[in-house]
Amino acid sequence: MSEEVVIPGCFLGESVTAGEGTFVEENRVYSMVYGLVKRDKKEVEVIPLSGKYLPKAGDLVIGKVIESTFSMWILDINSPYDGLLRLSNYPKRIEKEDMQKEMRVGEMVITRIKEVEFPMRINLSMDDRKCAVIREGVVVEITHTKIPRVIGKGGSMINLIKKKIGCNIFIGQNGRIWLSGSDKKIELAAETILKIEREAHVNRLADRIDRFIKEKKKGKGKNAK
Amino acid sequence: MQNRPEKLINDGVRLDGRGADEIRPIKIEAGVLNRADGSCYIEWGGNKVLAAVYGPREAHPRHLQDPRKAIIKYRYNMASFSVEDRKRPGPDRRSVEISKVSREALAPVLMLEYFPRSSIDIFVEILQADAGTRTTGITAASVALADAGIPMKNLVSAISVGKADGEVVLDLIREEDNYGEADMPVAMITETGDITLLQMDGNLTEEEFIKALNFAKKGCESVYKLQRRSLIEKYEKSCSD
Repeated sequence: MSEEVVIPGCFLGESVTAGEGTFVEENRVYSMVYGLVKRDKKEVEVIPLSGKYLPKAGDLVIGKVIESTFSMWILDINSPYDGLLRLSNYPKRIEKEDMQKEMRVGEMVITRIKEVEFPMRINLSMDDRKCAVIREGVVVEITHTKIPRVIGKGGSMINLIKKKIGCNIFIGQNGRIWLSGSDKKIELAAETILKIEREAHVNRLADRIDRFIKEKKKGKGKNAK
Repeated sequence: MQNRPEKLINDGVRLDGRGADEIRPIKIEAGVLNRADGSCYIEWGGNKVLAAVYGPREAHPRHLQDPRKAIIKYRYNMASFSVEDRKRPGPDRRSVEISKVSREALAPVLMLEYFPRSSIDIFVEILQADAGTRTTGITAASVALADAGIPMKNLVSAISVGKADGEVVLDLIREEDNYGEADMPVAMITETGDITLLQMDGNLTEEEFIKALNFAKKGCESVYKLQRRSLIEKYEKSCSD
């Protein structure tokens, strides 16, 4: 266990740049959350072990339509605040009457957070080529703090899963992950992702996941025979 | 209820065998509830308390929302079986007061401005009571808040001090609370020494008060260490599984 766990209020250093999850008091940097310390050459930050997703402009998230009003859709984005997708931020020009046809209540949508207005009014947009309404596959939900582990260093973990299982994966920053492909592939990918969430802070996680996928595949092969 | 013991302190030894400045055994476990965002179970002498934290989540009713920061809700509740004579369930004058002072004891460490318009809900259930339940509740709630990943400046630790048989004693048991001369719950941010809760029932002289406060400081230091350890243990446990 090489990682350093801290509780809120733990002293982290003097005259270092305070990254996320920290606060400064009289030039001294302290942790603000219960989590793991990450030190760079100059900056120190604390990655929380739990907590709610706080929307940030530019993030791609997966939202669930919970209401459709006369000029916008209201989306649950797995955060304390709802996301608002206005008709004017929708890529296609559609009539108000057709809103229900484009996106129904209960459907999952990949959207981008356009801006966060005071006081926490979240405006969404669809102006990214990845943005779309999800019409196939499965969306699984994990704690958003574990998303960086699912992606891995420079995308290593996610590429491993994609390569070994061969299903399409889209990761929303808010902790929702969209999987598409054959049912069997989706099932295995979902199991793998939940395993990563459970064992997020184990050392050499990639090797474990690699072995896990191999074993699962072998097991299935035997059953088929 | 049993009658008053003849003596609360015999030759400097208290009814349960402790010295004046010793605390009861404490066991803290973080993350015991799966549905809650953060939780904590604590056994402190005869007290058994469960704390759960939800949020930040949308505040209801909406007129309570604050556009600049999150609001805190704190609910202190005693189970009907937590004391010898059945406690009539539901909020009463005492529990409403304790909820208010406990909420205000925790507010100074919480960084509420990160979550405008939302609410952080804290539930503290007293399963078994043996004096000092409000301080036990605050100690547990503070661990549960950290476990929920809520931004905080530090942890809050709490302990009670008082006077029994003319002597200042730390961490009262029920007999000392019922038949003693004074009871003073204290909550503080141990690392900075800031006091966030201080109440007193009974009388203390100025000298006794200063002595009691020093006892409380010492007590909070021990409590803080146990709080920190419970959170670190939770992480280590999740690694070894």
